[in-house]
Amino acid sequence: MTKKQWFAKGAMAGIPISLGYFAVAIALGISAKKAGISVLQASVTSLLINASAGEYAGFTLIAAGATYLEVIFMEAVANARYLLMSTALSQRLEPGTGILKRLLLGFTVTDEIFGVSIGLDGYVSPYFTYGAFVVATCGWTSGTMFGALLGEILPSSVVSALSVGLFGMFISIFIPEAKKNKIVAALVVISFAVSLTFAKLPYISDIPEGIRVIIITVLISVGAALLFPIKEKEESENG
Amino acid sequence: MDKIWIYIICMAAVTYLIRVIPLTLIRKPIKNVFLRSFLYYVPYVTLAVMTFPAIVDATGYPLAGLIAFFVAIALAYFGKGLFFVSVSACVTVFVLERIFDIFIK
Repeated sequence: MTKKQWFAKGAMAGIPISLGYFAVAIALGISAKKAGISVLQASVTSLLINASAGEYAGFTLIAAGATYLEVIFMEAVANARYLLMSTALSQRLEPGTGILKRLLLGFTVTDEIFGVSIGLDGYVSPYFTYGAFVVATCGWTSGTMFGALLGEILPSSVVSALSVGLFGMFISIFIPEAKKNKIVAALVVISFAVSLTFAKLPYISDIPEGIRVIIITVLISVGAALLFPIKEKEESENG
Repeated sequence: MDKIWIYIICMAAVTYLIRVIPLTLIRKPIKNVFLRSFLYYVPYVTLAVMTFPAIVDATGYPLAGLIAFFVAIALAYFGKGLFFVSVSACVTVFVLERIFDIFIK
């Protein structure tokens, strides 16, 4: 297949992803607006970052007036899974793939784009991934813009309903893995419990939400990695 | 410059580095078992922590958020996709809150 054909094939695969992104990104745009971020800033963030959890976590930290270092650390934690996905994707590129193509690919790794790319047989053509990404990010960025713009105009009943959309997206990422892996299932339940406890305890609940997320994530993940190290084969392919 | 732009640049730079480093520098699989395990667990833990109890506080009526939380978990468990799960959570909240409006107000 030629570069153009791969790009077109990728763009087709990106259409359903783009529609889903649009709907979910509305909630993200609303949360950006709540954090005091302008429509332009929210849209640029989505265009550059394309990561629901990372953007949402960043917005809550900005709203809390966190330091730049705290935001940087939070992004590293919230987006750590992309380190694994990029590593896996790197294994599937043709060995001679040039540095420029790799640098561009670095923009495109999201859960869903990674999913469709890694699902191809044989070597992954970067052009396929580019095609899927371009279409998907249109939905993501315009959805964010729409949410940030309309967050103020929409009736509070609609905003309230839309605001759970992002959590629905998070849930649809961790539940399928919890179903496959009992340790992950236990960790999810522990995470809920610890998160709730931290949110309600005196003093600890004064720590901004974003910082609490970092602390709890690192504690539980380090504990799990020490107690239940994973051997090569057990890890799921789609991260 | 607006402080928010600096935040956004920090966020974008970190996120890009995380994605691009393995594609350019680490072309071999990560061997260290602790690091691999930690990286494997982190996304699920952080998403779970961010979801609850925040989903309950996001809605007008906390009970609506709580029920949407369980609805989304059930749908994801039975294999429904990202889009369907998200929209169902939103619809659940919208419908429940209209019902609560009638009975509580």
